[in-house]
Amino acid sequence: MTDPTPTASPPLLAVRGLSKAFLGVQALDGVDFTVRHGEIHALLGENGAGKSTLIKTLTGVYQRDAGTVTLEGRAIAPRGVEEAQRLHIGTVYQEVNLLPNLSVAENLFLGRQPMRFGLVDRGAMRRRARAVLIPYGLSLDVTAPLGRFSVATQQIVAIARAVDMSAKVLILDEPTASLDAQEVAVLFKVMRTLRSRGIGIVFVTHFLDQVYALCDRITVLRNGLLVGERRTAELPRLDLVAMMLGRELEAAAHRIAPPGNDGEEDARPPLVRFRGYGKARSVEPFDLDIRPGEVVGLAGLLGSGRTETARLVFGMDRADRGEAAVDGQAVRLRGPRDAIRLGFGFCPEDRKKEGIVGALSVRENIILALQARQGWLRPIPRRRQEEIADRFIRLLDIRTPHAEQPIQLLSGGNQQKALLARWLATEPRLLILDEPTRGIDVGAHAEIIRLIERLCADGMALLVVSSELEEIVAYSRRVVVLRDRRHVAELRGGEVAVDRIVAAIASEPVPVEPRP
Amino acid sequence: MIHRFLPLLVTSAVLVVGFLLCAAQFPAFASLRVVGNLLTDNAFLGITAVGMTFVILSGGIDLSVGAVIGFTTVLLAVLIEQGGWHPVSAFAVALAVAGGFGAAMGAVIHVFQMPPFIVTLAGMFVARGLGFVLSTDSIPINHPLYAELGDLALRFDGGGKLTLPALLMLGVVAAAVVCAHWTRFGANLYALGGNRQSAELMGVPVGRTTVAVYALSGLLAGLAGIVFSLYTGAGYSLAATGVELDTITAVVIGGTQLTGGYGYVIGTFIGVLIQGLIQTYITFDGSLSSWWTKIAIGVLLFVFILLQKGLLAVWTGRGGAPAEA
Amino acid sequence: MTRPAPGPSRNLPQYGALAAVLLANWLLFPDFFSIRLQDGRLFGSLIDVLNRGAPVALLAIGMTMVIATRGVDLSVGAVMAISGAVAATLTQAGWGLAPVLAASLGAGLLCGLWNGLLVAVLRIQPIIATLILMVAGRGIAQLVTEGQIVTFTSPGLAFIGSGSFLTVPMPVVITAVLLGVTALLVRMTALGLMIEAVGVNQLSSAGAGVNTPVVLVAVYVWCGLCAAVAGLVVAADIRGADANNAGLWLELDAILAVVVGGTSLLGGRFGLLRSVVGALILQAMNTGILLSGFKPEFNLIVKAGVLMVVLLLQSPTLTLFLPRPASPRPIRPPAKPESPSPSAGA
Repeated sequence: MTDPTPTASPPLLAVRGLSKAFLGVQALDGVDFTVRHGEIHALLGENGAGKSTLIKTLTGVYQRDAGTVTLEGRAIAPRGVEEAQRLHIGTVYQEVNLLPNLSVAENLFLGRQPMRFGLVDRGAMRRRARAVLIPYGLSLDVTAPLGRFSVATQQIVAIARAVDMSAKVLILDEPTASLDAQEVAVLFKVMRTLRSRGIGIVFVTHFLDQVYALCDRITVLRNGLLVGERRTAELPRLDLVAMMLGRELEAAAHRIAPPGNDGEEDARPPLVRFRGYGKARSVEPFDLDIRPGEVVGLAGLLGSGRTETARLVFGMDRADRGEAAVDGQAVRLRGPRDAIRLGFGFCPEDRKKEGIVGALSVRENIILALQARQGWLRPIPRRRQEEIADRFIRLLDIRTPHAEQPIQLLSGGNQQKALLARWLATEPRLLILDEPTRGIDVGAHAEIIRLIERLCADGMALLVVSSELEEIVAYSRRVVVLRDRRHVAELRGGEVAVDRIVAAIASEPVPVEPRP
Repeated sequence: MIHRFLPLLVTSAVLVVGFLLCAAQFPAFASLRVVGNLLTDNAFLGITAVGMTFVILSGGIDLSVGAVIGFTTVLLAVLIEQGGWHPVSAFAVALAVAGGFGAAMGAVIHVFQMPPFIVTLAGMFVARGLGFVLSTDSIPINHPLYAELGDLALRFDGGGKLTLPALLMLGVVAAAVVCAHWTRFGANLYALGGNRQSAELMGVPVGRTTVAVYALSGLLAGLAGIVFSLYTGAGYSLAATGVELDTITAVVIGGTQLTGGYGYVIGTFIGVLIQGLIQTYITFDGSLSSWWTKIAIGVLLFVFILLQKGLLAVWTGRGGAPAEA
Repeated sequence: MTRPAPGPSRNLPQYGALAAVLLANWLLFPDFFSIRLQDGRLFGSLIDVLNRGAPVALLAIGMTMVIATRGVDLSVGAVMAISGAVAATLTQAGWGLAPVLAASLGAGLLCGLWNGLLVAVLRIQPIIATLILMVAGRGIAQLVTEGQIVTFTSPGLAFIGSGSFLTVPMPVVITAVLLGVTALLVRMTALGLMIEAVGVNQLSSAGAGVNTPVVLVAVYVWCGLCAAVAGLVVAADIRGADANNAGLWLELDAILAVVVGGTSLLGGRFGLLRSVVGALILQAMNTGILLSGFKPEFNLIVKAGVLMVVLLLQSPTLTLFLPRPASPRPIRPPAKPESPSPSAGA
């Protein structure tokens, strides 16, 4: 780690006493934040901590209520993204990136195309685009539409654009969320290069490993307040987590499941059995058994085929090979409706896009799957709907003023609980959860883990995808480890441990970010 | 590389093959006169379609263009015949009014975040209504300049000629191609159509571009109205009914995605010519009834939409060309 | 402890607007509300509004559900022309009333099925998918009538357009019946919920097991049926079919009626009755303008004005500043599973 030497010169970016409120809710309250030349500075915090408000205030999307922002000692107050860029603050977002329909060169130079005789000089634009990408190790057809390249490449093009626009401060908002390990490694190399060039990088991420692998300093926000700024080297992980949470993690999330007496229980007939099940360009053929009262974890890096496996099991994607059987009877899963008829339920990873029906009420969201299974001709009476909704709102402690609240107004954790309620209302035999705890606050996190354990104890079968290895270890009886779209290992009983999973993932020369 | 231009290639192929088939059946078809007439007859449509292409590229739609054409012809007729204006000043006023009208719609769309479909639908009602308020009758325009302009043409051997409307259309198309691909405004349009939010985050002046593109569409519809009044020598508030539909059809047949972000102005031009070709063929044939035009265009629309659908699936289905060092 | 009924309050703006327009008409023409009985049929300006508003109201019923699924059906005007053309041509050819109705409605269903398949199976954007039939449909209608204006004299078919049932003009009766049937169909079954769910988030709905293609095809088929009924009513009223002009631009009026009725073009919640009220508001304004001696063309500008006002009220920029309507029904405290205790909550 390169610590910048303390100097008398002003820091690159200094935020002092920044406040911002929305409709009476204080999103930021007197926050200080400092970025120095040539450092990678992690900006961490739970949901609602104020990270994105801080970023959007820095980039001129929001206007601050109070406080000062100085860049190299000069007070700035950008009133828009464009102005922020001119003030040398560049931003790369996780999802909304560049424009997939424009060529790479056009993306790099949109709004600042080289001009000749009043017209865009397309030849010069292409040449300069190639030159700009060389330091990033990218050599590609700059006239091809950006959408044809991988997310990581697009991400790097976005960074190249920001840096080429003379960014001194580069804000990376969860850039690694949808990258696989290899792509992350490439991105990190780029980030280190930029740091050595004196650029100050603000790095927002949920991956603590990445923070410790890369960052010089950490600033933690909580509920719109500054908790503190520390040097990464001087901040043990446990302290960091405590800073973020403001309390100790619940013990449940860290308990290692007792090595079950799996040997004998394996003799029980499985609820579902997949043999040679797979789909070209999605997941290699795999075998998988899930028994009642058993949690099977799917572990692996992003893009390893975890989500794809879960989607195949639920019929969201259709397998093109192999056989599936439920209770020993061969079945065909041609879509979610087949799976639901067999008693499956599925909470997808992208809650907002594939899970909730935003404008409908919590009640309607909860009864939707049950109603869909009954068919449109047999409506659930309103009174019964309200009973079901109220029961699950109580049971899962869904925080909503009432069951008629549109679900989109709930927080992520409560939306997730409502989705769980949707499936629990159908009394499923197999519940498939893809990243059930992603993007939700720690309180709800622990509740969902407790719920998984309780459902399992009640005899339900669960298939859970998670990138939180500690979490998977906590509740899984068996863990299937995936790598490169292939099931590479199945750990059971006493073998279920974080280091074994990591070892399985890393059992071949695949670059993985080190896990301490 | 080639498949980026595939819709354009297919559209061009349809035009060429269609023309050859027509020429094979009716030898008189392959004459400069027919080609010249094709361009003249569809000039106002072509000019309007260029504006529509820009709007659609930016992810919007403009249903008001037909009504604006109708309104412009009435305005010209009223100004010239009843107000005694010189046509040139009437043209200037008409263009300014049409452009301003489009800009106003763009402003409403941007400021109030309302769907363009509905705002321009309201614009269509307003423009038609204003036309009716000016006059419900067809007013002939008898100014001598109109006769002169009507005679103005580049003449070729064999009776072929490029009239002023045809020349105007060709000029507009050429300027539009330059505007789309060699100006920042053009790049901003594509950016807006690709993803409004991303474009905004990348510093594209979204509001300005939105207002400008609807203003441009209105302006071109106004120009088309002038051409239409030259072509018909009259102003009528019911003129150019349904032209919005014809232009949208031309844009789609020309290979532009109705969702925005992908497409070419030149494709739209070819789309206009294909529609004109079908019409000319049916006129030549004489035995075919006019409704076959509509059915044929409907079928073409269907085929091209399917083609685009297939292509887009292929493009987006394959992400991740390896690019790492 | 029951939730306050949402119906009337949600519909209030539409009822209020209708009442205001009617009242304005009454102020201008004191005779507006006078209704007289003549030859066993009611007459009067108010009846006129209902009667003339019927075709757009019929279209709006189908259109509402299509818009609720986040779609739009531009082809309804063309479908009206087709169904009218089929009815008139077959009647002229000497077919009986029943087969004529069946063929005409069947044509509408077929058109709806075509649109539905394009949207649901080929996944073509609704505006584009229905544009095809909007362009080609009128050609098909002209093909049926061979470009002629086909007239007929069959009293049976004419009754649909100009007859009356219990003194009420048939178009009004038909609209009321279709509204009732449709409302029963969507609200007494779970179809309404599924339509709204698909409209809000199609992916999520499919993941929850909603048969989204079937829902989509169903709404377009129903919309085609409604358009066919409207086409029949119009053809029966004028005792003829004009393939060129029947239903011309009525798709826009139908969309307008739905929007005035408060159903968002972005899909989701819908109100059938509100859309019909929306159609009546438009018709009442139209009648008022005609009665005031303005040129009928003036109506277009007024329509545009109404459209803008309604949309402005729905605009996200403005709704930010409006208070959110609250409908508090507190979560029930743990109740015995057997008896839903009426005293629970307060």
